[in-house]
Amino acid sequence: MKNRKHSLTKRVKEIAIRNLFGFFAFLSVLLLGLILVFLFREGIPLFKQISVADFLFGTAWYPTYEPPEYGIWPLIVGSLAVTFFACLIAVPLGILSAVYIAEIAPAGIKEILKSIIELLAGLPSVVLGFFGMVIVGPWLQETFDLPTGLNIVNAAVMLAIMAIPTISSISEDALYAVPREFKEASYALGATRYETIIRVIIPAALSGISTAVILGMARAIGETMVVLMVAGGAAAIPESIFDAVRPMTASIAAEMGEAPFRSGHYHALFATGIVLFMITLAFNLIADYISNRFRETGSGTL
Amino acid sequence: MVTVEKDFIIRTKGVDFFYGAFRALSDITMNFEKNRVTALIGPSGCGKSTLLRLLNRMNDLIDGTRVEGEILFEDRNIYAPDVDPVEIRQRIGMVFQKPNPFPKSIYNNITYAPKLAGIRDSGEIEALVEESLKQVVLWDEVKDILTKSAMTLSGGQQQRLCIARALAMKPDVILMDEPTSALDPISTAKIEELIDTLKKHYTIIIVTHNMQQAARISEYTGFFYLGKLIEFNATEKIFTNPDVKHTEDYITGRFG
Amino acid sequence: MNGKTFESSMRSRYFKQRLFFGAVRLSALLITLALLGILAYILANGFRAITWEFLTQPPTDSMTKGGIMPAIVGTFYLTVGAILVALPLGVVSAIFLTEYAKQGALSRIIRVGVNCLAGVPSVVFGLFGLGFFVVFLKFGSCILAGALTLGILILPTIIGAAEEAIKAVPQTFREASLALGVSKWDTIFRIVLPSALPGILTGAILGVGRAAGETAPIMFTAAAFFTAVLPKSIFDEVMALPYHIYVLATAGTHIEETRPLQYGTVLVLIALVLGIDLIAIIMRSMIRRNKRW
Repeated sequence: MKNRKHSLTKRVKEIAIRNLFGFFAFLSVLLLGLILVFLFREGIPLFKQISVADFLFGTAWYPTYEPPEYGIWPLIVGSLAVTFFACLIAVPLGILSAVYIAEIAPAGIKEILKSIIELLAGLPSVVLGFFGMVIVGPWLQETFDLPTGLNIVNAAVMLAIMAIPTISSISEDALYAVPREFKEASYALGATRYETIIRVIIPAALSGISTAVILGMARAIGETMVVLMVAGGAAAIPESIFDAVRPMTASIAAEMGEAPFRSGHYHALFATGIVLFMITLAFNLIADYISNRFRETGSGTL
Repeated sequence: MVTVEKDFIIRTKGVDFFYGAFRALSDITMNFEKNRVTALIGPSGCGKSTLLRLLNRMNDLIDGTRVEGEILFEDRNIYAPDVDPVEIRQRIGMVFQKPNPFPKSIYNNITYAPKLAGIRDSGEIEALVEESLKQVVLWDEVKDILTKSAMTLSGGQQQRLCIARALAMKPDVILMDEPTSALDPISTAKIEELIDTLKKHYTIIIVTHNMQQAARISEYTGFFYLGKLIEFNATEKIFTNPDVKHTEDYITGRFG
Repeated sequence: MNGKTFESSMRSRYFKQRLFFGAVRLSALLITLALLGILAYILANGFRAITWEFLTQPPTDSMTKGGIMPAIVGTFYLTVGAILVALPLGVVSAIFLTEYAKQGALSRIIRVGVNCLAGVPSVVFGLFGLGFFVVFLKFGSCILAGALTLGILILPTIIGAAEEAIKAVPQTFREASLALGVSKWDTIFRIVLPSALPGILTGAILGVGRAAGETAPIMFTAAAFFTAVLPKSIFDEVMALPYHIYVLATAGTHIEETRPLQYGTVLVLIALVLGIDLIAIIMRSMIRRNKRW
């Protein structure tokens, strides 16, 4: 039976392909693990010098002093501050623009606005950083009579521009996914479009919108070039929104070039990377959990 | 009772089929005679298409399904663990409800599977294209536009191309899943004519919701209801004097 | 409800609606203005710097004069390298997720992994590239290390786009092929992939745009402050447009003096990245329109 034999080798080939493809697909997971391994490999040696608590909650970041101090609390606060204020701007704008695209805009404008948001997402962060430096910074400095225009407000505005496309496009998907029957039922009961959007559509899309907001926040907290260029760079705990800060990402990007190889400073920057990685990983897992739970139970629980 | 020894090409023995926990077919035992047309009829959801797709293991593609019992093709159980579904499908062709040519040229639609099955000789390939298209009476219509996309053909032409594509593999059996339900009456008539000539060389099993069609083209008819084979008999008998009252009710349109 | 109170209640309901719709339209307008404002401003200030010389000459006089050619070339190499890494890996992953392991624990783990990889901050990719490619594998700071780092960065984008494109191929194509006794692999390779190709390419182009604009991942893995000559091998350091902008705008003694060069470089980068994105957007809408199935 020649045919049988031939088909046997074919089946072996099929199984081999499946396993090979599975391995390559699994590479994404391996890479994630590899990132963690190498962050730890270069970051852990720091903790021979200082404790984890001193590192996380130490309020002094003087990595090049003698003796050096590696407290990243001011950097963490800096990251949280710019992210918080960026979300204050980006969340309403992102969600409202998604509502506009999904529910209100005429077809032509909808397509254009979607393209605009996609292009906004495509703007390189260094370009936004540059814009913040040469335009927003000087304007803020003059208008509010500040010592520097490179501060939390500036960083928050530019970060918001980066986070809006994420929030808007994911929210839009969530709004589209609301079954038409819900809307029709609401209209049939005499509700206005506004009432339908606020009371039926947005609540039904809420888990998707939450995912969007979390991912937008993750995007903002992990963003580097913008905060490197416009946050001002002061490694101190800010007292006002016009103070300069030095978020974690900015600190890593600015100092890695100068940190001597495998010095305490070098290890401290990798350790900062671990903190950053953990925060964004947590955000992403939460987002994944929310969107997944929603998929399983459906909108019936709302 | 059957007295003459008949040549059965496919036999199912006590076949059950499950989608998850749902039992879509129960205890189906049928013998399909070689070089005859067998029609499977019944209301939608009765399991007739499911049975058809079991015969060439197309239901393998759906996750969470399970088959019990035996389906013998030339005395070999096609669900035995050492059987490659690919080999089975080379010998049992299928035509679908909606014409589904590939977005390739007419020529490449026909040659796609034979080439992958190992036919390299270009003369042989060309002869195969002509022969298959002639068998479905499409050759004269398309011989000058073989390089054009199959998507440019009309629905009826596309369906005949799909039949030609299946014939090019020189199968023994052709399964047809409501092949004319998406076509106009003229195209339907052409396909029915085609089935009549094809049965000289092929065994044809056709699912149809159209009882006149079953009566016109088939020698045997099986009537399905709620996943059970209610009656399997010569078509003439089914449509004139069925053994089961239930069949008669369906045929005469007393329920549907 | 009598007519009058009904009317006044309706009036207040419609008033709320007008207010809300106003806010919604305003937000859309603000976003549009933000993009157009940035683009217009960069264009107005940058176009004077764009000359033939600027695009084809290396920088001179300690980077206060001359052009940006090495940075353009460097970005080109890094981007091409990144897509060479990410495209095959991404397509293979997408095939596995859509055709082989639709459900189950393995595909669930892979999906979570891909989502988390997509969320890793770009500067952390830079740290990883430094720790793994530059230090551990001893590549040094070079095109290879930078391209690999960027490739991993855009991998989730490519996987997502390829998955969507493959899912859009009608199931009937697969059935038709399998029913002819064609193997699963041949069906994927000859029917599914060709049909999904335009969509996959669109995703690849978007990935290229993303890679071309990234700064943080290449800062410690590939990018040089200044190189006098063009790279000769994949183990050379290169200049890159985004890093060049950062350097000119922040780390010099002539920051004000080199403003025109900065605007010019920003304009070139924007034109490159948004041009690439625009091609992808137009391609995608053409695919949607021309879909014959």
